Amino acid sequence: MTRATLGWIVLSWVGFVLLPWYGFDRSASPTIADYFVSGSALVQGLRGAWWLLPILMPLGMALVPVVRPSPRQKGTWLIASGLLGLALIVLQGFTIGLNGWTADILRDLFGEPGPSQSGIGYGATLTSASFLIILCHGLAARGWCRGDAFITSSIGAVVALIIVFVFFPVSTILASAFADNSGNFAPSEFAAKFMDRSIWGLDCLTSDLRCGVAWNTLFLGLLVAFGTTALGLAFALIATRTEFRYKKLLRVMSVLPIITPPFVIGLALILLFGRSGALSNVLWEWFGVPRSRWIYGLPGVFIAQLLAFTPIAFLVLIGVVQGISPTLEEASQTLRAKSWTTFWTVTLPLMRPGLANAFLLGFVESLADFGNPLVLGGNYEVLSTKIFFAVVGAQQDQGRAAVLAIILLAFTLGAFWMQHAWLGKKVYTTVTGKGDAGIPLPLPRRVALASYFTAIPWAVFTLAVYAIIVVGAFVRSMGRDYTPTLDHFLTAFRVERADWGLYFSGSAWDSFFATVKVAALSAPLTAAIGLLTAYLLTRQRFSGQRSFEFGTLLSFAIPGTVVGVSYILAFNVPPIEITGTGFILVMCFVFRNMPVGVRSGIATLSQIDKSLDEASLTLGARSATTMRRVVLPLLRPAIVASLVYSFVRAMTAVSAVIFLVTAEYNMATTYIVGRVEAGEFGLAIAYSTALILVMLLAIVAIQLVVGERRLGRRSASAAPSPVTVQAVP
Amino acid sequence: MQPKKTFAAATMLAGAMTAMSFMSAGAAQAQGELVMYCAVQEEWCRAMTTAFERETGIKVSMTRKSSGEIYAQVKAESQNPRADIWWGGTGDPHMQAAEEGLTEAYKSPKMSELQDWAVRQWEQSKERTVGIYSGALGFGYNTELAKSNNIGELKCWADLLKPELKDEVQVADPNSSGTAYTLLATIVQIMGEEKGFEYLKALHKNVNQYTKSGAAPAKATALGETTAGITFLHDMVTMVVDKAPVKVVAPCEGTGYEIGSMSIIKGAKNMDNAKKFYDWALTADAQKLGAEAKSYQVPSNKNTPVPPQAPKLSDIKLINFDFAKYGSSAERKRLLSKWDNEVKNLPK
Repeated sequence: MTRATLGWIVLSWVGFVLLPWYGFDRSASPTIADYFVSGSALVQGLRGAWWLLPILMPLGMALVPVVRPSPRQKGTWLIASGLLGLALIVLQGFTIGLNGWTADILRDLFGEPGPSQSGIGYGATLTSASFLIILCHGLAARGWCRGDAFITSSIGAVVALIIVFVFFPVSTILASAFADNSGNFAPSEFAAKFMDRSIWGLDCLTSDLRCGVAWNTLFLGLLVAFGTTALGLAFALIATRTEFRYKKLLRVMSVLPIITPPFVIGLALILLFGRSGALSNVLWEWFGVPRSRWIYGLPGVFIAQLLAFTPIAFLVLIGVVQGISPTLEEASQTLRAKSWTTFWTVTLPLMRPGLANAFLLGFVESLADFGNPLVLGGNYEVLSTKIFFAVVGAQQDQGRAAVLAIILLAFTLGAFWMQHAWLGKKVYTTVTGKGDAGIPLPLPRRVALASYFTAIPWAVFTLAVYAIIVVGAFVRSMGRDYTPTLDHFLTAFRVERADWGLYFSGSAWDSFFATVKVAALSAPLTAAIGLLTAYLLTRQRFSGQRSFEFGTLLSFAIPGTVVGVSYILAFNVPPIEITGTGFILVMCFVFRNMPVGVRSGIATLSQIDKSLDEASLTLGARSATTMRRVVLPLLRPAIVASLVYSFVRAMTAVSAVIFLVTAEYNMATTYIVGRVEAGEFGLAIAYSTALILVMLLAIVAIQLVVGERRLGRRSASAAPSPVTVQAVP
Repeated sequence: MQPKKTFAAATMLAGAMTAMSFMSAGAAQAQGELVMYCAVQEEWCRAMTTAFERETGIKVSMTRKSSGEIYAQVKAESQNPRADIWWGGTGDPHMQAAEEGLTEAYKSPKMSELQDWAVRQWEQSKERTVGIYSGALGFGYNTELAKSNNIGELKCWADLLKPELKDEVQVADPNSSGTAYTLLATIVQIMGEEKGFEYLKALHKNVNQYTKSGAAPAKATALGETTAGITFLHDMVTMVVDKAPVKVVAPCEGTGYEIGSMSIIKGAKNMDNAKKFYDWALTADAQKLGAEAKSYQVPSNKNTPVPPQAPKLSDIKLINFDFAKYGSSAERKRLLSKWDNEVKNLPK
């Protein structure tokens, strides 16, 4: 019996006997006594909540191996205890609800309304978690994952979290795809909704009618994925492999769009290219190009999404490009390959994991994007907006939304499968423990030129868009009245000096503070869970790995609106009653953004030679130590990527949080959406600029704290320093 | 083993702190409170909140969302309602919620002070929702663009079919917007179903874009992205007050209107306060706040001064809008799918 196992057994008892089993009513003010003993499951159980008492049995079973140590049976007892405990907690939680029995059959059997209970609190959470870990320790004792309890517990914890915060809510809403409006099971309705012509119609091929929304979405997604991957690669190559003078600037600019709140890019594009936009005016007055509305529709959404998602591709690819070992390229050159041949046959294939992940992310992001199609979509309909309006629009048809969500999910699944097929079982390891003394090759001429020619105009374009945004924040009304003013900032961020200190009287302060708090809390959690998952997926082998990997991707693929509604449906009633708290917002962000951590972690990890871990293990380090001393330092680009991404996402997400915000936890984006709806673009843009500033600061801080990865690579100018990767402290 | 445990302990501590900091946040609150979902402009929502707080001392937690979003949320929360009152927003989702029994029937002592249309809607909804303001449908056009393109003055629904306006009219998609659905129902009621759909098909040729949000055409008209936009008149008035070159038109054939409504959520945790708010929101003093917050709808209390900028309902030919029929989900589904099949998919 390890001390860790013992500790968890003690914790399971603490949760049951000491801590309050149920959550507190929001209007109640609990006393110290409520926190200890008197609200515990044991006391509640003896006072009438009889359904809690059976949990004592698995708690007792966990004690058996403590009392009678017998190595052979230890695992069996722990597994049995964990399984039974979890089963009992789930069973009582879902059958006894706030208003009595939850299932009709129980009501018929035992009479109305039956016993009632509220949502779980600290005690129940701790006991459930302990049962889970006890189960995992039991499995390790039986030899799973080479008996490493740390690994089994990690897998168990991530799986449990994904089940609770992804599968459970999502399944509640997807079930409504098979129900009619009053909630009865009606598979025929599903078929009718699924085969609808507005989804699958192909009229646009034969006439000038519209194609189905599914084809629109797919087409846009593929275009955007190709575009972002190509642009991201160009940026990554310039940033790592050339002597371009304004590299740093390019890097900052390529990251700007990712920290831009939704709607803002769309608005800026309208103000530039709309019929009365600045650029259209110039073209009309100087060159007589007639004004048109070409921006509304596919072109506009495509450009906006390219602007918005290229940074993600860039962030994924830069780690990968940096990680490619120059040794292989040098070998290729020694064998007399021309630089173009080397690039085409060595460098590019080695980037495959990065390219595939960037492509997948671009595709999925485009599918899930909501703000840009809303502002710029015109008559080009995509699934995400269609789903949103199926829920909140004049039709109010949740079943239809669920059907559309299933289609969206199928597309993501397909992309995920194709990515796997393409990557295959090849090996992409390039960061090894061997001394890597090579110098990264300069890019072949045509690749360098191509990169410059795509990246620089794009950077200039990005700059123009941001110039519009900055100007928009400081003039009275963009597009009509260019009188400079600070009014927008004063309305949003006024601070007054009262007798007792500073009074934040601006109307945006509440949502601003709440947003920063939620974002700051969710970012590290997201990164931790995401990278842990990536580590498990690439470094461990266990059954069900593929479905586990897919599960991590699921919440990312589902449109925000569906996630938002499903979170209310799932978490507004016991056993897990957390709507209206900031906690639900944090959880929502963590599990929506985790896939980016997972993807960039996988891309980076698949480059790092396993022998590095093994060397550490052989030298006597434990798996946790190995992770901390060897893997994590090598993962720095991935850590930065996932921290930045999740922080930024938490500050800019719209569609998911629209249903989860409360008066207390209002988010910046819902405030901005309200402003945009009211036509107050100036205020919306001013608030957005403030947010951009905060995010820039956060990114710089994250970079400083995490630091850069130092690989044993020479640069052409620096003195050769044959330091191996492992030498990084 | 050591670092593993410290790591695990640190993670758990962080997680517990996170949970604790949030869960206890709402713990200690005063007795009198009210949770309100508000569906009008932010300023108006805030003005209502602070005025009610000042008057009664009840603490109001207000969240602003669109009416459709509130409906979806109220429906999702029906097992364990979070809100007490749903104030404002177009009437359709309120009627829908009433039909599904998500809201509570209530007869306020102030009912006698209300305009007829408000009372009628209240009766049609089986006392579950009441009108607090109304706004007529109409359109606006950008005078600068109209002048440069020689379009002339627009006065009637029929004027929107002018060939000069090809690709120059903007309206929302009725599938996503209550405003556009009001247009659909209005045209059907004015012209009859067959003629009405003929009109909509002809209009389709002039429509450059079916927007998602109902008020979007107002902004597009103000910015000059489109010459004409069909919206509620008060949305256009807001643009005019903002000094945009927009002329607001109440069509000569007559027009329909929306009723901004208020409902008490069934199973509200603060039922008494919700009723207190309900009664207060129907008074003239409370309804005055709309105009002060730059929202120019017509208030439902007869004694409320109508803001001078508001389009005068007396100058507008209002039709006798049948909210019961056109608000029912069956009729709505039928009309929307007919519009989808016969109008939206037409080639230009």
